[in-house]
Amino acid sequence: MLRLPKFTLHRPTSAADAVRIAAGHGPEASYVAGGTDLYPNMKRRVQRPTHVVSLSRCADLRSRAGVAGAEVTLGAMTTLTAIERDPWLQEHYPAFVHAASVISTPLLRNMGTIGGNLLLDTRCNYYDQNYEWRESISFCMKCDGSTCWVAPSSPRCWAVQSSDTVPLLCAIGAHVTLLGPDGERRIPLTDLYRDDGIAYTTKRPGELLTHLHLPALNGWRASYRKLRRRGSFDFPVLGVGACLHFDGDVVTRAEVRIGGAGSHAIPAVKTAAMLVGQRLRRDDAASGELIRAAAQEAYKPTRAMDNTDLDAAWRKKMAPVFVSRAIQDCL
Amino acid sequence: MTSSKVLGTFVVNGEPHEVAYAPHKTLLEVLREDLGLTGTKHGCELGECGACTVLLDGTPVVSCLVLAQEVEGRAIRTIEGLADGPDLHPLQDLFAELGASQCGYCSAGFMLAASELLERNPDPTRDEIRAAVAGNICRCTGYIKIFEAIELAAARLRGEQGQPTREMLYGS
Amino acid sequence: MAPETGMPESGGATAGGERAEGRYLHAVDAASLSVIGKPWRKIDARSRVTGQTKYADDLALPRMLACKLLRSSVAHARIKSIDTSAAEALGGVHAVLVGSELPVAFGILPVSQDEHTLCIDKVRFIGDPVAAVAAVDEDTAWEACRLIRVEYEPLDVVTSVFDAARDPHGMDPADRIHDYGREGNLHRCEHLEFGDLDAAFAESDLVREDLCFFEGNTHLPMEEHSTVAFTDPDGKLCVMSSTQTPHYLHRALAKVLAAFVPPHKIRVIACPNGGGFGGKSDPFNHEIAVARLSMKTGRPVKITLTREEVFQTHRGRHPVLMKSRIGVSKDGRIKALEFETHLDGGAYGSYGTASTFYTGALQCVTYKVDNYHFKGARWFTNKAPCGPKRGHGTPQPRFALETQLDKVAVELGIDPATLRSRHLAEAGSLTANWMRIGSMGLGECIERVCAGSGFRERWGRLPLGRGVGLACSSYLSGAGLPIYWNAMPHSGVQLKLDRSGLVTVFCGSTDIGQGSNSILAYIVAEVFGLDPQDLRVVTSDTDLTPVDLGSYSSRVTVMTGNAALQAAERARDLLVPHVAAQLDIPKGRVTFGGGRVFDCEDPERGMTFAEAVGTAEAKIGTIGTTGSYRPPKSPARYKGGGVGPSPSYSYTAAVVEVDVDPETGIYTVPRIWVAHDIGRAINPALVVGQVEGSVYMGLGEAMMEEMSYRGNRFGVHKIPSMLEYKSPTSMEMPEVVTYLVEDPDPNGPFGAKEAGQGPLLPIMPAVANAIYDAVGVRVDEVPVTPEKVFDAMQRKAQGKEARYGPRELPRVEWPEPRRVRTPWQGGTGVEVEREDELARSSQG
Repeated sequence: MLRLPKFTLHRPTSAADAVRIAAGHGPEASYVAGGTDLYPNMKRRVQRPTHVVSLSRCADLRSRAGVAGAEVTLGAMTTLTAIERDPWLQEHYPAFVHAASVISTPLLRNMGTIGGNLLLDTRCNYYDQNYEWRESISFCMKCDGSTCWVAPSSPRCWAVQSSDTVPLLCAIGAHVTLLGPDGERRIPLTDLYRDDGIAYTTKRPGELLTHLHLPALNGWRASYRKLRRRGSFDFPVLGVGACLHFDGDVVTRAEVRIGGAGSHAIPAVKTAAMLVGQRLRRDDAASGELIRAAAQEAYKPTRAMDNTDLDAAWRKKMAPVFVSRAIQDCL
Repeated sequence: MTSSKVLGTFVVNGEPHEVAYAPHKTLLEVLREDLGLTGTKHGCELGECGACTVLLDGTPVVSCLVLAQEVEGRAIRTIEGLADGPDLHPLQDLFAELGASQCGYCSAGFMLAASELLERNPDPTRDEIRAAVAGNICRCTGYIKIFEAIELAAARLRGEQGQPTREMLYGS
Repeated sequence: MAPETGMPESGGATAGGERAEGRYLHAVDAASLSVIGKPWRKIDARSRVTGQTKYADDLALPRMLACKLLRSSVAHARIKSIDTSAAEALGGVHAVLVGSELPVAFGILPVSQDEHTLCIDKVRFIGDPVAAVAAVDEDTAWEACRLIRVEYEPLDVVTSVFDAARDPHGMDPADRIHDYGREGNLHRCEHLEFGDLDAAFAESDLVREDLCFFEGNTHLPMEEHSTVAFTDPDGKLCVMSSTQTPHYLHRALAKVLAAFVPPHKIRVIACPNGGGFGGKSDPFNHEIAVARLSMKTGRPVKITLTREEVFQTHRGRHPVLMKSRIGVSKDGRIKALEFETHLDGGAYGSYGTASTFYTGALQCVTYKVDNYHFKGARWFTNKAPCGPKRGHGTPQPRFALETQLDKVAVELGIDPATLRSRHLAEAGSLTANWMRIGSMGLGECIERVCAGSGFRERWGRLPLGRGVGLACSSYLSGAGLPIYWNAMPHSGVQLKLDRSGLVTVFCGSTDIGQGSNSILAYIVAEVFGLDPQDLRVVTSDTDLTPVDLGSYSSRVTVMTGNAALQAAERARDLLVPHVAAQLDIPKGRVTFGGGRVFDCEDPERGMTFAEAVGTAEAKIGTIGTTGSYRPPKSPARYKGGGVGPSPSYSYTAAVVEVDVDPETGIYTVPRIWVAHDIGRAINPALVVGQVEGSVYMGLGEAMMEEMSYRGNRFGVHKIPSMLEYKSPTSMEMPEVVTYLVEDPDPNGPFGAKEAGQGPLLPIMPAVANAIYDAVGVRVDEVPVTPEKVFDAMQRKAQGKEARYGPRELPRVEWPEPRRVRTPWQGGTGVEVEREDELARSSQG
């Protein structure tokens, strides 16, 4: 049986207490929400906090506030199942609900939280392995070693952004609130991430992600398309979030983010640029052509590497297809 | 190097149990090793197979990723407590009747996940059943007998007959 | 010596009737049976659904220690030194075991005793165990393993058959993975020829040569292997383990531990298996290690493998690279078939010798093959050892043959169903390679799946992206020979009839979830007219139960069933005269049914079954019988002919429907129709369950499962986890329409044949054939992944060959073939050379 290493558990009752406790233990501490990411990592000894600060009793992290037409705020401890089954979110934020509902399995969604999903550790099949396995490759850059086996001459780590909600939430322009020892700050979600497999967030030491803010509904439409082997369990090995803002049928703003194919949700900048100012209609040949051409531009920025399920070259080829379909969904 | 233990009370299948256990143990380990409730199985200990599914306050979770300390005092239901009294729960009865339990190793997880579905949705479609047990892997049955058993158990829980068809038992 | 008919052996310690037991039973009218053919619950169903079944890891004994193995972190190296001192000094550690303490080698096959409990001077793959620790708990044992220092001297690492085949003569002998085998890293090399291939190819109207590759995959049982060993109160060693083969484990323990304990003081109990599929059929190093550790510490010791270690323990499907050359007449008759297989065996022999022969054994039992030629090579590589997985060695060549026949059908313009059904092997016939076919229901299987799926109407006529594919298969109902040569029965059953009316069935077989314990109960209950739930079945305990060879090769229903039937009939014959005397009726009128024994002409006149036992017991003493079974002698008497013969062969046909996304290659399987010739279903519900489960596992192999290694990265397994080794979930499982075809076989108990493995076989080729029907490309490789479909579609769009698959085989210097005349050439089942020798000596 794979078991957890020994550690001390703290169970504060408020976010502020959690931050205070974590600060007291510095880099030795880790927050835990649903535990579905941290505990497997601890069992595999890729994360080894000696102090774990559980957020399970922090009632202030479980709220949902906001109404249609204004910003909506979700506490970070909202479970993925709660999002999936929330009729109001289903009605107003269907793409977000869809992205949450295709995460992992129903069992893990019952446990996993939106905060945890936003901060999901980057994944790599040289890293998500037991201690013994990693020993046999002399470990890797992300943990205990020095080489990135995905690209051995690379100075950086290529572990993969693998959250389903992140590409979508980045595309729609969500924000998050972080609470740290030095106070609270609110940032665009896109600013939370960095293109690096190891330092994949800009979260400062001891900071706790407390809330997610969904933008007001004002005529944008979004979609999330996920590529994975099976209809359950699997992380995205390509996950496209797309969001189009319209004035009539003219696109005024577009944002496309490609997840599961690099260390952050990669913006498909050219694709988005080609759509802005264009008239796009459903079941319209000219629109279809335009979208296909724009989607083709997503091929280049997609950084699929040989460290996930499914062939990397094929995954890269699938990016335009999935981008195209995600954009079509928004019409 | 033995771990120092902590004392805690776990409410399992309606009964409180006071246990001295190592504080870094998961609920799975406490159930199996400290309470002797070995009906809860394990196949990966990483949340990737569903064999260790139990109900926590009525919600199915993988007990291998639940820290025991976090669930002291909360309502835990395991396969040992699925039936109320000497008679089998309809899910157990149908799993037995259809052969939805072959090696039986995954069965507890499936039945507990299904029991929560039927609480929530007394008349689920085949697709809703598929989705509800999509966190549980079975390598023996090909899931079909499991789907059928859940459907018939749902019918019985609704007070209907829920009899297997000829095709289920004899083939087409 | 068993008679050639495959009757259970007659004679024995108790009275036998005049009936040729078992033999006539296949002809029994189903309506006259009260237990057989009914969908009873399994006798252990209640235990399995309530969580009461005790699997090995569920056992906890007072003072029990936990064992962990330190496994090699390098793929191929000499062990220069092992320093366990720090581990031994760690608090809570009770014993550390290293390889030199157990120098005796073992292995499942007598010809490949190439494993050690713990490696002594060399490690051969990442995961090879080098030391074992027993400590107060798993955490401590794990920490102790980290403190053991092993110094390795690296050797060349071989991770593919092409690597293995490189320069066998020029290689440094020190770099060989094993110092036995043919040469270099070539473990086995077999060459058999039946008939005149050259002439047959010359006469053929169409000759095709196809290469294909079947990637290895693993069993992935839900239960991770676990073993508990302890010294029982009377001082004997007891090993309780998740094994499918307690008898073979007993033999391995007796051999390796011979210096410490005699065989009769070793007791092996196979716990109910949480899934096996062939993966728990070898005796394993961890089982022997805990046995020895329990002796060293004087305490119970348990080991439970992690999921990663289960992947390393493996013994799963061999990766096989194949070439099939076929010559057919215009109407599709197979005049010549030439098969070459290359098995990537991994680091040890395991069942590999048998696996090698199995890649050539069953090609001729489905369709008539006039002339047949087989070349098979097995290579050692520095990967987890391969062995038997559901279908053992036959799914790979079946994939090659069935996809090739699909291509032949297209070329000849005959629909694939008709092509096959025209040339079926005949019931009761001998094949070119001397396999004796029993009952043969494949024709009806084909017709049932075609009718259900509309195959003939839909094949070649569906819109782009949708397709249907057909494939067929056959599998054995038990291997004709035991793993080690001996003349004893393959299966034994003892019955005890208690005066309470309880019948206890003792048998060495192991229930791995397939329901083999229940089969024993059904058969005995049928004979005595009892409710099967009322019997007691005691199995898989080498101290208490007579030997059964194990749950492998789909042998259990046929072999234990025949043994149980014999034992039950003998017991019935013990009761009958005394009941007849008591009731004052002729013996012929004594009838068993409904828990009573009565006069068939006056059913009121009778007694309870318990009274019948008491009546007989009063006259002749305690009532007990034995029954045993040995398969019929095979007509295949050439060297290599020991693999493939079986008391009977099951047959399966399947039609798979696919939906392919032409833009991505991603496909789904919405529906499968499968018909299985079961002979007779002892319990149809269990058969349907085995068929559906086989379809599931076959679909996993077809679509996604693969043991992939990083050859360029030290030879590590790429994905040893439940998450990344992809097996189908509830979301992928298609609708399955199952048909049971009953064509009773004379060698089966009540006519039964196997169900657990055969229905897996046609799924992989049927998927590949359906993909062709949907998008016009051939994926000559398993698994058929979306990437490969996409690649082949791109090639097609570019005007290149619309195919994804291998293009070359490793080079081998094949030995001269062993030539055997076919039955229709007037052969005798032995090599031509030996026939000639015999002829000369009889003349001389």
